[in-house]
Amino acid sequence: MTAHLLSLAASAGHLAAATGPDAHGNRPVNWVALIVVIVLFVVVAVIGFLASRWRTDPSARGLHTLDEWGLGGRGFGTWITWFLLGGDLYTAYTFVAVPAAMWASGAVSGFFAVPYTIVLYPIVFLLMSRLWSVSHRHGYVTPADFVGGRYGSRWLSVAVAVTGIVATMPYIALQLVGIKAVLTVLGLGSNTNPFMADLPLIIAFVVLAAYTYTGGLRAPALIAIVKDILIYIAIIVAIAYLPAHFGGWENIFGAADKKLSATNPATGSPFGAVIPGAASFNAYWTLALGSAMALFMYPHSVTGVLSTKSRNTIRRNAMVLPLYSLMLGFLALLGYVAIKAGTQPIDTNGAINAQLVVPQLFLDSFPSWFSGIALAAIAIGALVPAAIMSIAASNLFTRNIYKDLFKKNATPKQEANVSKLVSLIVKVGALVFVLGMDQSSAINLQLLGGIWILQTFPSIVAGLYTRWFNKWALLAGWAAGILYGTIAAYNVVNPATHAHFGGSIAAFPFTSVPVYIGISAFVINAVIATVVTLVLRAFKVKDTTDSTRPSDYGADENDPKVAAAEQSQPPLDPELDGRGTRVS
Amino acid sequence: MSDPDIPTRGPAKPVPYVIAGILIAIAIIMPLIVPLYAFAEPTLWGMPFFYWYQLLWVFIASGLLGIAYLIMRKEDRRRRQAVRGAGPQAATAQTSAGDGDGANGTGTDTEGDAR
Repeated sequence: MTAHLLSLAASAGHLAAATGPDAHGNRPVNWVALIVVIVLFVVVAVIGFLASRWRTDPSARGLHTLDEWGLGGRGFGTWITWFLLGGDLYTAYTFVAVPAAMWASGAVSGFFAVPYTIVLYPIVFLLMSRLWSVSHRHGYVTPADFVGGRYGSRWLSVAVAVTGIVATMPYIALQLVGIKAVLTVLGLGSNTNPFMADLPLIIAFVVLAAYTYTGGLRAPALIAIVKDILIYIAIIVAIAYLPAHFGGWENIFGAADKKLSATNPATGSPFGAVIPGAASFNAYWTLALGSAMALFMYPHSVTGVLSTKSRNTIRRNAMVLPLYSLMLGFLALLGYVAIKAGTQPIDTNGAINAQLVVPQLFLDSFPSWFSGIALAAIAIGALVPAAIMSIAASNLFTRNIYKDLFKKNATPKQEANVSKLVSLIVKVGALVFVLGMDQSSAINLQLLGGIWILQTFPSIVAGLYTRWFNKWALLAGWAAGILYGTIAAYNVVNPATHAHFGGSIAAFPFTSVPVYIGISAFVINAVIATVVTLVLRAFKVKDTTDSTRPSDYGADENDPKVAAAEQSQPPLDPELDGRGTRVS
Repeated sequence: MSDPDIPTRGPAKPVPYVIAGILIAIAIIMPLIVPLYAFAEPTLWGMPFFYWYQLLWVFIASGLLGIAYLIMRKEDRRRRQAVRGAGPQAATAQTSAGDGDGANGTGTDTEGDAR
């Protein structure tokens, strides 16, 4: 049995060596796969440019308001939202990094993504319909708009906006890391000419920037449909074919167990585990819960939510979005399949780069044309979230920094123009970041970004239910959470490279229980916000006014916006009348 | 209408929200209790329990949310009808008119608005 396993692994390894890189990491260009990727990329680019004409009135061409450009006209129904949010949340980096983590160190660092995306949707179901309602009534475009309206505090809304922008930047950069992994295994990465190696990435990003500028949120919403079709085809074929081909799940898990339980020479302990031991239970569930709480604090997820046409669209999506979790689970397991297959993820510098595992597995196991489809799916899967993230970050800048701090009376058209421009700057920034810095710093910053964005949770989520907290208390909690999270993450040292920011797990303060740093920081944040609120209340410090009303939190699409409600005769929407007559 | 706070919904009955809340809480808490499922056995098609149990929860959580959605939608419609003064008959007619897309969920509200 063992001999059989070994010979299988050896033959698979041999196969990989034949098509894969040589010892220096140089590999031949796979022309068939590359051409498939280019053709699909061109198709997507054309769709992206046509998107500005999709569901727009001829009079609204050019998308001259944030509602049109940045939120796609606030009119997406259940299915478009499903694709948009799916494309938004399951990024190229997810497809690349989760299986890579499984391949390198097993369940605790990779498979927690499955419970994470399961508990995510009940949280969305509860919170996001309320955020939608209040945003719909007040015309909020960003989470910081809501915080500003709820607490009447410019400082707090700027803190939320800056946290959102800073946390989103490395997230965009990671999408580029995903595209780069695809380009590397296609043979375009080379250690001889760095400019030529980066050129395809630059071209991809210029095209992305151009259609995001013209089409706004409509572009990623349309492209997400293509992306999902490709991704689902690739995953279904891979899951139907690969496990059987490599001797069934039993053998795959056997090979994974063998590899992961071997001792890592750098640390003296095993590489990981297929089934987590009791010592990592707390890390596992806090990673899952903390990531789920953080995800919908990211501005790009809020953008996706606010672009929907009704309150119930979000709730219906919370029921159907888990389909993606299933896909994510099987993708994660491809990391183990790659262990069994003996995939050699060798980067252009000749070193092992776990990020290349899934692209390489596809290239080794399937005909070139099909690998091309799968690799294109991963690359396009990077373009969708990168576009939404840059739109969300520029909306935050426009609304909560440009308008709130510098130009209070900006017209909707000026807002849209600023946002379009900033979306370009954000993407160029991410590109420079990826070209100029190494991948690990992008990953470290993304890890920090997750911890930081979680610190906006008390301001946003508590605000959806209660006005109990004081704005200064929330600001103090936010600052304490950011400070603790940053220091704690800095103190995590990678045992192999001795670099700081080596992971996101550290002992909970005053205990020896290892948990996700984001959760520890969140607890500190919440405790400080509560204590400071009580203290300020004891001293009878006057709080600012709340411009929202209880009824705003249950409003639906046909309820008038606040501006309309304040007029003595709320004007009836003609479309609304039409439907009314149809119904009665 | 000098007061801009037009109520969008009538007063809530607690029971539907409590039931929906319990279902949602189960969907959040159960997948996070790791000691319940950190085992290799029993395997399913060679996949350890740890893995297939968590994948199974994708469906269970989705189902729980679906039930919570139906409960809350029913209560939500009743509250909107209450505030708009439409009769309970209209509410029933709307509920049975279909389930599915936004046009339906909003149909109820639209009717109320148009009156």
